[in-house]
Amino acid sequence: MSLALPLALVPRAQPSRALTWLSPVAAAVLTLGAGALLFALMGQDPLQGLRVFLVEPLATQRGWSELALKATPLILCALGLTLCFRANVWNIGAEGQLIAGAIVGGSVALLATSATSRAIVPAILLAAALGGAAWAAITAWLRDRFNANEILVSLMLVYVAQLLLSWLVHGALRDPQGFGFPQSKLFESVARMPIVIAGTRLHIGFPLALAITAAAWWLLARSLIGFQLKVTGLAPLAASYAGFSSRRVLWFVLLSSGALAGVAGGLEATGPVGQLTPTISPGYGFAAIIVAFVGRLHPLGVVAGSLLMALFYIGGELAQSRLGLPSALTGVYQGLLLFFLLMCDTFIAYRLQWRRTARATAA
Amino acid sequence: MTPRLALTGITKHYGDVAANEDVTLAVMPGEILAVLGENGAGKSTLMKVVYGVAQPDAGTIAIDGVQIEITSPARARALGIAMVFQHFALFDSLTVAENIALGAPEHPLSKVDERVRELSRRYGLELHPERTVHDLSVGERQRVEILRALMSNPRILILDEPTSVLTPQAVDRLFETLRQLAADGVSVVFISHKLDEIRRLATRCAVMRAGRLVATVDPRGESEAALARLMLGADPPAIAAHDSPPGAVALEVAGLTVHGPERRHWLHDLAFSVRCGEILGIAGVSGNGQSALMASLAGEWKARPDAVRLFGEPVGHLGPAARRARGLRYIPEQRLGHGAVPELSLLDNVVLTGDALHRHGVLQREEATRVAVSVIRAFDVRTEGVGARAASLSGGNLQRFIVGRETLAEPRVLVVDQPTWGVDVGAAVAIRNALIGLRGRGCAIVVVSEEIDELYQLCDRLMVIAKGRLSPVVSAHDIGVDELGRWMAGLWPAGEEARA
Repeated sequence: MSLALPLALVPRAQPSRALTWLSPVAAAVLTLGAGALLFALMGQDPLQGLRVFLVEPLATQRGWSELALKATPLILCALGLTLCFRANVWNIGAEGQLIAGAIVGGSVALLATSATSRAIVPAILLAAALGGAAWAAITAWLRDRFNANEILVSLMLVYVAQLLLSWLVHGALRDPQGFGFPQSKLFESVARMPIVIAGTRLHIGFPLALAITAAAWWLLARSLIGFQLKVTGLAPLAASYAGFSSRRVLWFVLLSSGALAGVAGGLEATGPVGQLTPTISPGYGFAAIIVAFVGRLHPLGVVAGSLLMALFYIGGELAQSRLGLPSALTGVYQGLLLFFLLMCDTFIAYRLQWRRTARATAA
Repeated sequence: MTPRLALTGITKHYGDVAANEDVTLAVMPGEILAVLGENGAGKSTLMKVVYGVAQPDAGTIAIDGVQIEITSPARARALGIAMVFQHFALFDSLTVAENIALGAPEHPLSKVDERVRELSRRYGLELHPERTVHDLSVGERQRVEILRALMSNPRILILDEPTSVLTPQAVDRLFETLRQLAADGVSVVFISHKLDEIRRLATRCAVMRAGRLVATVDPRGESEAALARLMLGADPPAIAAHDSPPGAVALEVAGLTVHGPERRHWLHDLAFSVRCGEILGIAGVSGNGQSALMASLAGEWKARPDAVRLFGEPVGHLGPAARRARGLRYIPEQRLGHGAVPELSLLDNVVLTGDALHRHGVLQREEATRVAVSVIRAFDVRTEGVGARAASLSGGNLQRFIVGRETLAEPRVLVVDQPTWGVDVGAAVAIRNALIGLRGRGCAIVVVSEEIDELYQLCDRLMVIAKGRLSPVVSAHDIGVDELGRWMAGLWPAGEEARA
């Protein structure tokens, strides 16, 4: 009992709206502070470290294009997760859905020959979307039919998808002229995503992701299904009162987020990677979970959160090549961001208060 | 004589809202003091201050003439203050004695039995210490709460709306207990907005309005109308009378049987019908199957198609939206989270049951705004506007909003669960008038309520639900409160199940 801190968390009468949006900003600032400390502990000049991590990636047009390139799969996955989380459906398996999209989209891309027309690009994206949606459908069906926990099912399906991809690139999809390396042949250039800024790797995926962001905003703010999924997430009883079908919402959000993650996977495979390899994604599907919460489960917030997270990915690579630091730094930054976000979010509903030191009355 | 509890100048603000403003009030030893006020008048805040849950911004508290600071509920208990809350905090799977022992760590479980028996004898709180709470009625559960509060020999006992869940007979017994406690010198503070109960029980009544103490009167010398005027600051609007005769059968229930997840959700072969232009009241103590009946009528739970008929058409298998399309609307008991989404705006909350407010999957925001504004105007909902979150409204205002939303849609059948539960008198009158107005326009209405007075005020015919079965239907003129109370305990004339 007497171990009590001199500070106490006191519930606020109303959750603070300002802090809802300030919290991710504060979390980002705290992450940078902790990051600087981390550089110092690793024997680096903290300012120099932060410069390499945060400023250098943005010093050139190429840097910006890389940032947008890395943000693209994050935006797509996090938009889908935003729909799920708003509906209280805890899809943790965007990474698996992304891989499934890469497999199916990549397989279509492998069909291309030098005679194939550009029409294969939409076909690749459609196939990728269907692949991701099908993978998410497994989770939706198990939840719908058997009331299986979607957190566990979707998470475990990530590992199934990873092993499936690995099995395919070791077998059926392996490049016969690839000296036995576990990877497919390089896609024909006609099956690669068109580049939007010459001289960079930035492909049509980025403008596509921004367009889908606008669509997701409209869906949440103006459409009936968006309204239904919000109500289902916020107050399931009220949804039942209104007569909204929770099954319909479950299938809608899981198929949508699966399709979006699938498109992200298809874009990665036929965009920067250019072939199917055992590791098509450096964990975009998992990072997108953090992005969705940093973005306050709002489409515009998701774009901002994705750009920040993309910066951590690029910064981690630069810190590795320029400063000789381990690339695990990216993961540490992601973890710190989530940690600080959860901490700051506490203050949306609570405030700190000094405990009264006067204990006279207790005597 | 020194007051047992003296509050002087208590002031408590939440943001810009003055929950309590300069409240000065004293309770004598052995006195039963009623605190009367509308919802949001500041009664609960004042009690939170006394019980150490909230700290006042200004003012002092003295017990037996000694000024003290009540920093926590534990401190309040140590000072001899006990509180019985409106919502029980009991473990269903534990016995009475175990529940009481958990709340009274100073008494070892072995001693609790003895003390419980002694207290129950002394105060007429019949309870067997070995029974599990799961098997107790609501009235018995409240007795557990009271016993728990009495374990530490409190000098001040506060009860927050203790009668809202009790049958008339259980209320009588509670009052006997409270009188005995007062005779033993305990100061009893009784929070209520039920005027008749206050007049029966209390010797002094403190009336609160908008955070201030506006009057202290002897309620035995005041009429109910006078007390209501003090509480509201104006005459309560009168309830309109009813005359038009009922018409054709609108809603018909036959052979409705439900085996819900818990025993209190079971329904056994229910049958009744409601005609256009009449109000059928269903009395009963909560937890006797009301929620299952409501869910089955509204369509949230499905049944056999012909178990529920609307204007002759079987609808038992249809969901709420399909039943709304056929003219049936529902006002649930729970406002936040069932009748409205707390985090969403009033504008969004009209869309919840506004089937005309979306077309081809697209929300019609302008039409929704118009509807929300008209509900707010017609039902005098006090709010900052259509953008206000439902959770920001007081209970009474949110109920006005929900009742307005459903009645302005001009339903042909309306099912209402506890229309005025926990709302202030002004809102209660407005809501009852809305229901009566709807009946005048030919709507068939089913009202479930635990407030006997309300049922008599509103209903043409009454029946009782107990243990998932329905009593016979009788004209409201043909049954007295005492008999209705016996029926609520399940004791109605045998062999007469409800008929159409």
